[in-house]
Amino acid sequence: MAISMTEAAAKHVRRSLDGRGKGEGIRLGVRTTGCSGLAYVLEFVDQPDSEDLVFESHGEKVIIDPKSLAYLDGTELDFVKEGLNEGFKFNNPNVRGECGCGESFNV
Amino acid sequence: MALLQIAEPGQSPQPHQRRLAVGIDLGTTNSLVAALRSGRSEPLPDAQGRVILPSAVRYHADHIDVGQVARDAASSDPLNTVLSVKRFMGRGLADVKQLGEQLPYRFVGGESHMPFIDTVQGPKSPVEVSADILKVLRQRAEETLGGELVGAVITVPAYFDDAQRQATKDAARLAGLNVLRLLNEPTAAAVAYGLDQNAEGLVAIYDLGGGTFDISILRLTGGVFEVLATGGDSALGGDDFDHAIASWMVEQAGLSSDLDPGAQRQLLQAACAAKEALTDADSVTVAYGNWSAELTRAAFDALIEPMIARSLKACRRAVRDSGVELEEVGAVVMVGGSTRVPRVREAVGALFGRTPLTEIDPDQVVAIGAAIQADTLAGNRRDGGELLLLDVIPLSLGLETMGGLMEKVIPRNTTIPVARAQEFTTYKDGQSAMMIHVLQGERELISDCRSLARFELRGIPAMVAGAAKIRVTFQVDADGLLSVSARELGSGVESSIQVKPSYGLTDGEIARMLKDSFEHAGFDKVARQLREHQVDAERLLEAVQGALDADGDRLLDAEERLAIEQQMQDLRDLMSGTDGVAIEQQTKRLSQVTDAFAARRLDSTVKAALAGRNLNEIEE
Repeated sequence: MAISMTEAAAKHVRRSLDGRGKGEGIRLGVRTTGCSGLAYVLEFVDQPDSEDLVFESHGEKVIIDPKSLAYLDGTELDFVKEGLNEGFKFNNPNVRGECGCGESFNV
Repeated sequence: MALLQIAEPGQSPQPHQRRLAVGIDLGTTNSLVAALRSGRSEPLPDAQGRVILPSAVRYHADHIDVGQVARDAASSDPLNTVLSVKRFMGRGLADVKQLGEQLPYRFVGGESHMPFIDTVQGPKSPVEVSADILKVLRQRAEETLGGELVGAVITVPAYFDDAQRQATKDAARLAGLNVLRLLNEPTAAAVAYGLDQNAEGLVAIYDLGGGTFDISILRLTGGVFEVLATGGDSALGGDDFDHAIASWMVEQAGLSSDLDPGAQRQLLQAACAAKEALTDADSVTVAYGNWSAELTRAAFDALIEPMIARSLKACRRAVRDSGVELEEVGAVVMVGGSTRVPRVREAVGALFGRTPLTEIDPDQVVAIGAAIQADTLAGNRRDGGELLLLDVIPLSLGLETMGGLMEKVIPRNTTIPVARAQEFTTYKDGQSAMMIHVLQGERELISDCRSLARFELRGIPAMVAGAAKIRVTFQVDADGLLSVSARELGSGVESSIQVKPSYGLTDGEIARMLKDSFEHAGFDKVARQLREHQVDAERLLEAVQGALDADGDRLLDAEERLAIEQQMQDLRDLMSGTDGVAIEQQTKRLSQVTDAFAARRLDSTVKAALAGRNLNEIEE
């Protein structure tokens, strides 16, 4: 069971944490919501919860709760640029269907 | 697939509910757009990585250039290239012509008072030109953020009046932007530094741009910024530093002072580059043609010292206008590219006795603050701890009352949005209409305030003077735009106006009006008292004259009548003068000599009413 980040994603996480001035790492997760059932969560973490699992990738911490891990196992977080737009992208092998915009998905 | 941004803990947005909002600094020389991404407010670059968009628009027959390309064409195609359009926003044709004879544009009058600039695409109003700049920023933001914008916060100078704010809002609408709020530039800069998170304090915003200097003193109380005073110099900026270096070069190199425009531009470019290099270097080599010399930072500092001194003088004046002391200012924020000059920072620091805040890029700080505010207004913060930033009315709003006095309905520094109502009444018997004259300013006499609008309330039913109740409601929305309505409470007749003021305020006039009000406070007080006494006297004279006409012959003997008429004449004589105290005393005297007459009239009315009726009838 593991979660990873590309180097580009790790770099951007570092930059964001530096800019924010605090934070342990970033949280990946899922919530039941959205047009296809589940939605990704991507947040800063100031204080990990006791049951959280922590993975390290390119020196940055990826924090995830065990329930979300079931849906995200094997996911690689990437940071991409598409024209002027830039942001994080979940490469999740568990996904069977996404809604058009990719903000929500089902497994 | 949509690309995700990192959210604050517990604040991941619902899918499809990220509300994209941006902050826009629509500047005289340069414009920027910024947004909150992954918890940081940052300016959004274009495809070439440039965040600054020069506020320049060039009109071709079939397309429009905006930005650097347009600015570069300013000298080759001056008629169709519009620079610094912000200076024309909300102005009348007459004001614009006054701004300077040297403007290359062909101005034509429109159906409104607005000046139109004649281009190959036909006449363009300043609002349209601004909209063309905003459209480019909007497009950049939508491409960068990957979706349609919910809205934008656009910044305006603190001294912008209603007309200029309305014009800015119109430009945004024309560009397809929903304006969440117009925000004062100094307030935006303070927000960028998070100063709105403090409980209270005084903040000075020192904004030295390319061509203009603004100083604003803000007071923060409970998350609300009040503009205590603004000041500045509309002809002082970093360009003057360039000119100072260029003049020095001309002198040192022994050049003739009447250079052709091309040579002058070259000289200024070299000067500007030297200025920028001296931000980090202690000394720089400047060259022109075959000539070259060393310019030290100390020599540069000496060249610009007079200009810095001018800005500091404006700072001291603004602090004085605010009624506070220099030492009370708790934070000094630097805005504008020219505040990179080390000597400027040093001098401002020395004046206020504290190190100015400079960590945020001074060219970007206003847009960055606006973006933070936009994000809050769009409803993206869900922790509830975020105070909604409030703005205030820069100058009091009110209306004209009898005697040419300004009656303030909403005082200066009231937080907006706000609605205030006040009741007024009629002055004459049977008065059927009332003129509502809406004014803005701090002075007591309407001639010293700015007229915003006039409208009439008609159809007031005939009543004796003072019996009608007319409720006038002033409403100011979150952008500082005013609407006024009047309603006669008995009959329900109503009339209202959305204040789209007669465009036409000259530069810095708001600031000047404010200053005048402080300087003339004593004079104004006397003037107001005089007018009040005059109005009282007029009212009494009218009442006595009416009584004399009705009952004078019946109730007064010749001697009594003469005495009253003598006092009336004395009062009339005094009224044309300026001695308020004498008018007041004479009014009292007239009132006294008519006391007996008034009592007799009352008796006779009562007698007439009672005549021929018995007690039971009266008690019923």
